[in-house]
Amino acid sequence: MGLLRYIALRASLIIPSVLILYTIAFIVLRVLPGNPVLAVLGTKNIPEEQLQAIMEELGLNKPLYVQYFEYLWNVLQGDFGTSLIIRGRSISADLADRLPATVELAVAGMFVSLLLGITTGLVAGLKKDTKIDISLRVYGAITYTIFIPWFGLILQLLFALWLGLLPVSGRIDPGTALEEVTGFYLLDSLITRNKEAFIDALSHLVLPALTLGIVLSGPYTRLLRNNLVVALESNYVMAYRARGVRNYRITWHAFRNAIIPVVTYAGLQFALLLGGAVLTETTFDWPGIGTYLVEKIQYRDYPAIQAVVVVFAFAVGVVSLIVDIIYALIDPRVRY
Amino acid sequence: MIAVYSRKLLGRVGRVSRIVLEGVPPTGRKLVYVGLAIVLVIVFMAIAAPIIAPHSPTAPSGRPLEPPSREHPFGTDRLGRDVFSRIVYGSRTVLWVVAVAVIISSSIGIPMGLISGYYGGVVDRVLSMIMDAVYAFPSLVLAIALAAALGPRPENAAVAIAVVYIPTYFRMVRGQVLQLRETPFLEAARVLGIPSTRIMRRHLLPHLLPTIMVVFSLSAADAVLTEAALSFLGLAVRPPTPDWGFDLYSAKGFARSAPLLIAIPGFMITVLALGLALIGEGLSERVRRTR
Amino acid sequence: MREVLRIEDLTVYYYTLRGVVRAVERVYLEAGRGELVAIVGESGCGKSTLGYSILKLVPPPGRILSGRVEVDSVDILELEGDKLRHARGELVSMIFQDPFTTLDPVRRVEEQIAEVLLEHGISKEEAIDRVYDLLRSVGLSERLARMYPHQLSGGQRQRVSIAAAIALEPRVLVADEPTTALDVVVQKQIMDLLDSIRREKGMAVILITHDIVLAAERADKIAIMYAGKIVEEGPIDEVLKEPRHPYTKALLASVIDIESREWPQAITGQPPDLRKPPPGCRFAPRCRYVFDKCRREEPELVEVDHGRRIACWLEERRL
Repeated sequence: MGLLRYIALRASLIIPSVLILYTIAFIVLRVLPGNPVLAVLGTKNIPEEQLQAIMEELGLNKPLYVQYFEYLWNVLQGDFGTSLIIRGRSISADLADRLPATVELAVAGMFVSLLLGITTGLVAGLKKDTKIDISLRVYGAITYTIFIPWFGLILQLLFALWLGLLPVSGRIDPGTALEEVTGFYLLDSLITRNKEAFIDALSHLVLPALTLGIVLSGPYTRLLRNNLVVALESNYVMAYRARGVRNYRITWHAFRNAIIPVVTYAGLQFALLLGGAVLTETTFDWPGIGTYLVEKIQYRDYPAIQAVVVVFAFAVGVVSLIVDIIYALIDPRVRY
Repeated sequence: MIAVYSRKLLGRVGRVSRIVLEGVPPTGRKLVYVGLAIVLVIVFMAIAAPIIAPHSPTAPSGRPLEPPSREHPFGTDRLGRDVFSRIVYGSRTVLWVVAVAVIISSSIGIPMGLISGYYGGVVDRVLSMIMDAVYAFPSLVLAIALAAALGPRPENAAVAIAVVYIPTYFRMVRGQVLQLRETPFLEAARVLGIPSTRIMRRHLLPHLLPTIMVVFSLSAADAVLTEAALSFLGLAVRPPTPDWGFDLYSAKGFARSAPLLIAIPGFMITVLALGLALIGEGLSERVRRTR
Repeated sequence: MREVLRIEDLTVYYYTLRGVVRAVERVYLEAGRGELVAIVGESGCGKSTLGYSILKLVPPPGRILSGRVEVDSVDILELEGDKLRHARGELVSMIFQDPFTTLDPVRRVEEQIAEVLLEHGISKEEAIDRVYDLLRSVGLSERLARMYPHQLSGGQRQRVSIAAAIALEPRVLVADEPTTALDVVVQKQIMDLLDSIRREKGMAVILITHDIVLAAERADKIAIMYAGKIVEEGPIDEVLKEPRHPYTKALLASVIDIESREWPQAITGQPPDLRKPPPGCRFAPRCRYVFDKCRREEPELVEVDHGRRIACWLEERRL
């Protein structure tokens, strides 16, 4: 079948880009600053012998190219090595621990941004050149340049500190009992039929998701609005009118045409979403990969930082693959 | 001497702005002027900081967390430093980092894109693949990794941001060159035997200028947000250097008692980014039209 | 013969930011059952606007100021809302110039044709059968039904557009430059198809074209349009044999006539700016036979012979 081959081809294309980013991360974090162990432990006056022992243990005294392939081989098996700071601590385990939180936030943020972006874009496109259109376009331009931590802290101040409607930070109240199954709290509370935990987890998610979602919705507003305006003025819409097709159906057909580029854009936007997630997590003390990265940076735990870069590169690749597949399914002009 | 030099400079600025603004519709121009006004006010603030700021940005001038008063228009921070003065001086840090970053990345990305797109071949393909991979990656995360490896200093932050935006310039310039290469006037220039470097400098670059200016201002807007983010995460400056992003981070725990400590630095970041983005938005109305 | 289409005193202006464009002014036109009426003129003369007006489909900032467009004694311009929607497709329909953009790129051929039927109250089962009949009647294989527009050639797309337009057998079909974007062989096929359809179904076809040769080959009746007004109108044979308006003469002289072995003559000058048309006759600035009165007063379209109407002061002199 054609589609499967298309997917395989697309999937094979993400390998080089992940590899490139792996290499960049390797160069930046292992080659650039000289000896990372020295950089970390150098200040602590550790005897030379002990230093050598640590280097040996972490494989850092081997030639760089050996390190490069050894680490790559391990990564391919899902092993990101051990922490430089907390000796013997598996980075893979840490990541597995933190990943669900980030995925939960990213999915919620994407949902909010698409919901907001598509509604505002639709309304602006349908009300072209009216006051509503102009104010929605201003919304699109301004949200794009909002500094996420600022916006998050303002929302926190407003809804959590002043109004007390929502929790200030974190992912779940420490006092709430929740049995972890998948690591996704919303899902887990649903599986275990824990209504209390579900509401608690959801209320913690609202502010971070809104912060991320609103800031990222602007480009969708603009893209959908412009596409819709073009589609509504297109010849096929004129032809639909000439054949007496009802207005709401014509709008629907124009919308279907206008939404296709938005899907592609959502894939490109994913990188922005991950970057935004790092900031959102830091703002709301959300225990995901972003806060993990920031913690590890403070201790200059290079293997951990490198692992985060590789994981993010992989995530970007997978998402762009998914977007390609969706695109192929909704746009008949894509050949596969 | 200075007069002659500045007149020359003004003449040059005039010429470039004529090329860039030509064909920009009135609505676009309005956006450009509003954006320019915002940016110029902040630039002025940075230049005239010692005159504008009533206090030292780094030394305490009052008790910690004072509310706004005539002495301290925005109050004081947790160390008793004047918030207003820190905001005024903070503009220097962000403007400096962003300017350096944008200059570095454009002066690497533009020539690379030009040459790669013009000559094509294997080098072009490999370069494009690397650039595409970096472009698709979350730029903030890459900048964080770079800044972390280099250490928390403004010049390192500038380098980290610069590296991250090279692909933006590269891809844009390369794409345009590929389009322009097929146009008759370039073909004619090639047939006439005009040297490639001259074609690139004299014929390609002027055509690219409007698009470059758009990307220039939009990536500067992005760079402001990235600088603020690095600084927020403690990767751009060391205390007590005044910087908006870092000041916002320092105020995180005091939201309830001193909301202005949060509101103002973040507002400044957003407004500066908005100003730069408006310039790019306005200019792009022309680019969109000619397409 | 009772006319199926009767246009009376139609005036359409565009209210643009740069002024009022007087695109169509006081136009009268009739078409009978199965008749093909060609409206010929240069681009920008208002002929497409005239076509859109027949469906009350003038895009903003255009506005129909006055007039009647009667199809089977129903005034289309009086209709609103759902009644108008039903009239479009059932009484009058339209096909457009560019077959590459007039079909929805993301929907299958069958969906687009079937939608016309479904939207006008035909049941799903019947619609499915009818789609295949329609495809066959425009000379397309049933296999194309499940294809998307991008998989079809230009000629095939125009056939699909025609199938969708005639699905409900409207009384009048407006064809706006239906063959301009196609190559010559396909042009002929499409025109043959339109001919056979109008004969079979008794549909009046309003062919809007800049190509007077095409009109000469296919039309029963021709109306020459210049700067928003019809300047000459009549049965095709008579107009071709004896063109009487100077603009018609100029148009005919501008095409290659192989038999006469004469060089085609281009019409000198530019059509007027329809925001401020010249006083008097709009063709006066370009007319060879111009005299005083032409620049002062505007000639009305008057019947000079049975079925022939001309708007020119020269006619007055002939008497």
